[in-house]
This record gives sequence, structure tokens and C-alpha cells, in this order.
Amino acid sequence: MSNDLIKGEEKIIGVNGEEPKNPKRRDFLVQATGVATGIGVGAAALPFIESMKPSADVMSKATTEVDIAGISKGDTRTVEWQGKPVFILHRNDAQIQAMAETPDTKDPQDDADRVKKPEWLVVIGLCTHLGCIPNRTAEGWFCPCHGSAYDDSGRILHGPAPRNLDVPRYQFVSSEKILIG
Amino acid sequence: MEGALFFRRFEGVMMANKIVSWIDQRFPLTSFIKHELTEYPVPKNLNYWWNFGFLAGLVLVIQLVSGIFLAMHYKPDVNLAFDSIQHIMRDVNYGWLIRYMHSTGASAFFAVIYIHITRTLYYGSYRAPRELMWWTGLVLLLMLMATAFMGYLLPWGQMSYWGAQVITNLFGATPFIGHEVVVWLRGGFSVGDATLTRFFVLHYLFPFLICAMVVIHLVALHSVKSSNPSGLNLCAKDNIPFHPYFTVKDMYGVMIFLIVFALFMFFAPEAFIEVENNIPANPMVTPVHIVPEWYFLPFFAILRAVPDLLGGVVAMVGSILIYAALPYLDRSKIPGGARYRPVYRIMFYLFMINILLLGWVGAATPTETTAIVGRVCSIFYFVSFLALPFVSKAEERWLRKRGLPQELVEMMVCDVEMDSKRTGGNR
Repeated sequence: MSNDLIKGEEKIIGVNGEEPKNPKRRDFLVQATGVATGIGVGAAALPFIESMKPSADVMSKATTEVDIAGISKGDTRTVEWQGKPVFILHRNDAQIQAMAETPDTKDPQDDADRVKKPEWLVVIGLCTHLGCIPNRTAEGWFCPCHGSAYDDSGRILHGPAPRNLDVPRYQFVSSEKILIG
Repeated sequence: MEGALFFRRFEGVMMANKIVSWIDQRFPLTSFIKHELTEYPVPKNLNYWWNFGFLAGLVLVIQLVSGIFLAMHYKPDVNLAFDSIQHIMRDVNYGWLIRYMHSTGASAFFAVIYIHITRTLYYGSYRAPRELMWWTGLVLLLMLMATAFMGYLLPWGQMSYWGAQVITNLFGATPFIGHEVVVWLRGGFSVGDATLTRFFVLHYLFPFLICAMVVIHLVALHSVKSSNPSGLNLCAKDNIPFHPYFTVKDMYGVMIFLIVFALFMFFAPEAFIEVENNIPANPMVTPVHIVPEWYFLPFFAILRAVPDLLGGVVAMVGSILIYAALPYLDRSKIPGGARYRPVYRIMFYLFMINILLLGWVGAATPTETTAIVGRVCSIFYFVSFLALPFVSKAEERWLRKRGLPQELVEMMVCDVEMDSKRTGGNR
């Protein structure tokens, strides 16, 4: 049956059963259709991709206000911001002194660039390696998952973590309150 | 310069050819495309009513995609379900769009499928050798109905709840173990958390079963090929390849369809959503006026027309299953449907008017008048089927006595020829 068929590819049929005078016109129409279809499908895909981004109720939790008055010197507190732990370390003079020198590590950074006030360190408490929460140690933090160690400025000392603990956006609303995010 | 450019393009084509031939040695890619698309023969006289199978496939894809993305935000729990819909409508980025796409898509699906079935009835496409197409299509309709019904419970509004309550109670008509069956279906003594969770799971599962059934439907189609308005097997010269001729025609239909679809989705998305369903489900209060979705109305009317629980359920289920018998109820030897058979055509139109009347009865508040109209229409519905064997035979005798149209006689030469080719002359 199919042998008797007029094959679309091999024999091009024009209006009167003749070859079309200008096949380029048809090529253009095919390409234009392809482009228009591509744009249409792309535009239709956008809302679906957007729908997987954080929804409005999640976005509204973008900031967290923390009362830091209760944290005594040398103590650390973990607060939640966007579902992530944030370490707030109230550093004493000895700790500030110890952090003044920039260690020669894979991500050297001055302590002054990592804090707004020397006695307060605010860092996201997720190891920059693969996201575990490091535990507090005498020298800083140590990640239990793959053994990355950080100092009291949250800087990577050794281990597989690629960079220092991230510093979130935050500001001092008053001397006793910070707004993270 | 031009030569170099030509050579580079030539190289690209060579590379593509190499990849294709590598695949062809391991997988029938080229031969598949040839057999099913570029050389697949389609009758050249198909009209636009033949677009709706393709459109049904498109709506299936729309429903699958929008449904999967809705499921990312929906929570199947009696305490959370209603609010999670509000969350989708208000908080999720473009959630309103995806939900309206899905709810409009449900109605569009039935509209497209009903037109597809109506075309099959008008042109007699269900007749031999396409019985399996007809039956797989009927199974697809039942699966679609089940999927739509279960999906309707998920927003957990008043209409959702009471719709599910009523429909699950239909199974109470099962002799002897009716009550047990209903409790088993619901996973409780009333529609509750267990019901909602299982409906959600099945509502997600069924579309994939539908996809599998669509593949079977299409395999059957590519074996018997498309019917056509004449109802005859056409001569080979009257077939043209699916691609590009019908891909283009289907794309045109898709554009028209999408315009109508977008009009509803953007400008009248609530047209198919009962206002009552914006009230959270309350097992203690039934809405004053309870109606099913528009696509169930005629069957709902048949259910209500019988003043007996079991009888009503049997009539309603029978009103759908009876379509399966159509290939055998139509006894005429004149090929096709309404094209060359005036009596069949009249029957078709009466049947359609009757279905619309049933739909109206289903939507109306039950009164004595609607009860009488509903009963008359229900009887007419079934009598149409039962009378068909006799009417079609009598019609054939009358037509032969009157003399068949020359056009039909000419085409029937090819029909007989093609038919014997197909069956190997064993007929």
C-alpha cells in the first residue's frame, strides 16, 4: 500500500501537481514555524520553572531578628534564618586578639572583613564543603561529616571545605539586636 | 569562501548521517519514522473533525505537566488540602495559572473527547475493522472519567466532598456486600482522610495508565489506519503521508484549540468551577443544589430517572457500556455512517439532541417536569441502541431499492479490493 503512496520527501507537489516555483519560500515558512513554536514552548515552560522557586510565603521569611543581649562573652548561640542555622559568637578579648592575624590557608581573609563589630561574629553554620553543621570546639568549629576545621572567625583551617563559613547579610538594628537577611 | 562554508555544512550533514546510521544499526529509528510518519498513509479526504484525536493527546500532555507541577505544592490531608489550594492560588509563583490550566484542561479534555466520539458515531468509524479502536477508546473514556472524578475530590471543597460521597455510595448498590464495598473504597465510614489520600495517589497513577492505553489505541490505529468521511477503504492513490500533510493540519487545529483554551483559562477560569466548592468540605451540611461537573450531567440524569438505587446505577453504567455493542448493532452493509445513510443520519441527530436534553435535565433542580423529561429521554437513549439493528437493515433494503449513488458505487470497487487485500481474501 505504502509503495503506491505519493512520498512527501521525494516528490514535491505544488498547487497544480507541479514542482513549486520557489522552494525557498517554503523552507522559510518551515523555519519560521519552528522558531515560533520554540518561542511558544519556551514561554509556556517559564511559569512552570518559576513555580518551583520559593513561594511568596517562603520569601516573606527572608529576615530574622535576633536579640543578642543574652549571649555572654565567649558564648555562642545558634539561631534559625531561612531554615538554616546561623552561629552568633560573642567573642572575648583573647579571641579577638587571636583572630587578628590572617592565617595562610586556601581562603585567606582578614578578620575585620568578616565582622561588623569585632566582638560579634555572625556566620552561616553550614560547612562550605557539603552542608553539615560544624560542632563548636576550643579552636573554633569542626565538621563531623568530613573533618573540616574552622577558627573563631569561621575561616577554614584544614579539611576538604573550599572556603570560609559564609557571612550572611545582617545589620545591627540596635546595640542589642541584629537583623539577619 | 562560499565553497568553504558549503564544505562545513556538508561535513555537519555527514556527521548527523553517521549518528543516525549508528543508531539505526541498534534501533529502528529511521524505519519507524518512515513507517509511522513520513510514509504512514492517511486518507486525503479527512475533514477537521479528524483533528480531535491529536488534540486529545495534546490535552493529556497539558494535564500531565500541569498536574505534576500542582502535586509539588498540594497536600492530600483533610486538614491541609483546602488551604494548600489557596496556597497554590496566592503564594506559589504562577500557581493560579497552573491550577486554572489544570481545571480548564479537565473540561477541555472531555469536550475534545466527546467531539472525538461524536465524530466516530456520525461517520460510523467504530465499524469493522475498527472495533478494537472503539473499545480501547471506550476504556480510555472510563479511565478519564475515573481520573476526573478522583481529581475533583482533591480541592476538598463542599462539591468535592459531596460528589465523592454520592459517587462512592453508588457502589452500595452492589448486591449483598454493598455496604462493605463502600467502606472499603473509602477506607472509613464516610469520605475522610484515607479517601482523600488514596484518591490523590490514584489520580496521579491513572494518567500513566491512560498513556499506556493511548499507545495501544495508536498501535491499533496504525494497523487499521484512519477511517474517513466516506466510510470506505480508499484506493492507495487517495492516501497521502501523515507527515507533512497532517502534521501541518493538526498544528493548525492545535492553534485554534489553544486560542479557545487560553480564552477560558485567562478570562473565564471559574466558568467550570462550582462556586460552592470555594467552601471547605463540611461532612455535616449538604449543599442545597448539588450538581456534578457538566461532562457527567447526561449520565447523572439517567441515574436520577430510575426510581430505584440499583436500577439507577445499572442504567447509568449501562448507558456508557452499551456503546461497546455498537459495531454489532449496526447491521447495514452500506459502509460508513451518516454520509450515505439518511436514516442513520436522522437517528444520529435525534440521539445528540436527546443527550443535550439529558444534560439539561441533569443540571436542573429536580421537579415533576424534569423527572418526566428525564425518563422519556433515558428510554429514548436506550431504544436508539436497541432499534439500530432493525433500522439499519430496513434502511439498507430501502437504499438498495432506491439505487445507491453512483459516487458510492464507484468508490466501493476500491473498498472491496482493499478489504480483500487486508484480510488476504478470506472474507
